[in-house]
Amino acid sequence: MSTTTPTRPPAATNAVRQRPGDRIFKGVATASGLAILVILAGVAAFLLYQAYPALVAPAADIAGGEGFWKYTAELVFGTALSAALALVIGAPLGVGIALFITHYAPRKLAAPLGYVIDLLAAIPSIVYGLWGVFVFAPALVPIYAWLADNLGWLPLFAGPVSSGRTMLTAGLVLAVMILPVITALSREVFRQTPTLQQEAALALGATRWEMVKYAVIPYGKSGVVAASMLGLGRALGETMAVAAVLSVAGGVTFNLISTQNPGTIAANIALQFPESTGLGVNLLVATGLVLFVITFLVNFAARAIVARTSKG
Amino acid sequence: MSKRIDVSDLNIYYGDFLAVEGVSMAIEPRSVTAFIGPSGCGKSTFLRSLNRMHEVIPGARVEGKVVMDGQDLYGSDIDPVDVRRTVGMVFQRPNPFPTMSIAENVLAGARLNSKRMRKSEADDLVESSLQGANLWNEVKDRLDRPGAGLSGGQQQRLCIARAIAVKPQVLLMDEPCSALDPISTLAIEDLIQKLKSDYTIVIVTHNMQQASRVSDMTAFFNIAGTGKPGKLIEMSDTASIFSNPSQKATEDYVSGRFG
Repeated sequence: MSTTTPTRPPAATNAVRQRPGDRIFKGVATASGLAILVILAGVAAFLLYQAYPALVAPAADIAGGEGFWKYTAELVFGTALSAALALVIGAPLGVGIALFITHYAPRKLAAPLGYVIDLLAAIPSIVYGLWGVFVFAPALVPIYAWLADNLGWLPLFAGPVSSGRTMLTAGLVLAVMILPVITALSREVFRQTPTLQQEAALALGATRWEMVKYAVIPYGKSGVVAASMLGLGRALGETMAVAAVLSVAGGVTFNLISTQNPGTIAANIALQFPESTGLGVNLLVATGLVLFVITFLVNFAARAIVARTSKG
Repeated sequence: MSKRIDVSDLNIYYGDFLAVEGVSMAIEPRSVTAFIGPSGCGKSTFLRSLNRMHEVIPGARVEGKVVMDGQDLYGSDIDPVDVRRTVGMVFQRPNPFPTMSIAENVLAGARLNSKRMRKSEADDLVESSLQGANLWNEVKDRLDRPGAGLSGGQQQRLCIARAIAVKPQVLLMDEPCSALDPISTLAIEDLIQKLKSDYTIVIVTHNMQQASRVSDMTAFFNIAGTGKPGKLIEMSDTASIFSNPSQKATEDYVSGRFG
């Protein structure tokens, strides 16, 4: 800030003099804080206003003909399923990479590996989508076929397998996309584990893994939860990659390797928007409002979990 | 259940930097040996080499022999994890595991290496270790409370309880009272007197009164200048180090002329 001047701590006099640097900085900080509230309120107001017609429209006018909630429920299910898959696959992998970088990798390997992971975050999501469709999905088909043959009795792998554009592929692509944020944040908290705690464990005769279990993981737990929730937020809202990868047929199913999948809210908006008019647009905005609320709830839950674990 | 340690010609390095040079000494069982000397003279580094905690720092290594019970602790077939279970350590600042309760902290070391324990066994170990660390009466009603909620002096005694719960032969203490108030310091010093009937105790201290109060033998380390390695100047029974040292440097140090 070029306009601020260094200020001394206030002198112990009764007359508190307002220094210009303090006033300017306070003004800038307050304005920034208010701006974010105004933007958020603006987005919420827009969503509510545009969504209202779809919320009150008669069921027959909504696409599908069974009303707004039926239309949205499938998309919410698809969104939640793909994001949950991403989290279940991405979070352990991200935490594992972070532990490897901070506590196992030789230093010459750790730094480049960290850069590579950070680079993953810089890849545009449409690139992930294209990679998912043209490279990843076809490569997974034999694996899906094997799963359907051998584990087909599980509803998850019922099949039939026709292409790789399945819910599981979408979940895997999303997992790769949320890896950088989970890895980067976990790495930072693991790195900050006090040496004193690590040495306490080692001096008791802990092996490397036991030291990690006693000192590093408890210390980083709330950070890992926060990182996972940020990743989950990204997975919930991801649009282009899912729109490209997932083959949508509607319906609610846990069958992860067929092409008959529910869509996700964000991808559905991207796919339907160009051809929508009138109430159709209102309907898409209303699903967006639902996603907005879900993301809010996820963040709320994350805060609650972080607050609880950091207390314990 | 305490053992003698014989150190011969030990050189301790951080990378290429020689931090401590040519130390040979015998540490007697069931006694307290104190290391004194100015800051940076390598006494803590030397202490950490006795249970192979020195090599935890990247690039750190050791040349020479540390023999306990006829076995070289740096022998190629020796697992440092086993060494640390035999030679326990208490650090400068109390470091109980913050997420664990008092009882879990005591059991932390004993539970390592996937050892299973029955509930009654665990309860007995918690009580005997806390008794051994003179802490039982103060915490017996709140064993399930977090260890980090105790006062600094109590935390340090909790760390001692945690160390002795593993049933080591030797207990190393790296300035265990430097972060504590005088009353807590006194409690730890009393405890050291009690523990020496069972353990070989080695303590690093900056406080010469403390060394003269608690130790049977005293070793004086010194350093010729910045960047030079620390060396053992002399080691003798505590009374003669403080009243009649054989080296001029020792006399200057214990009489407060430098350091």
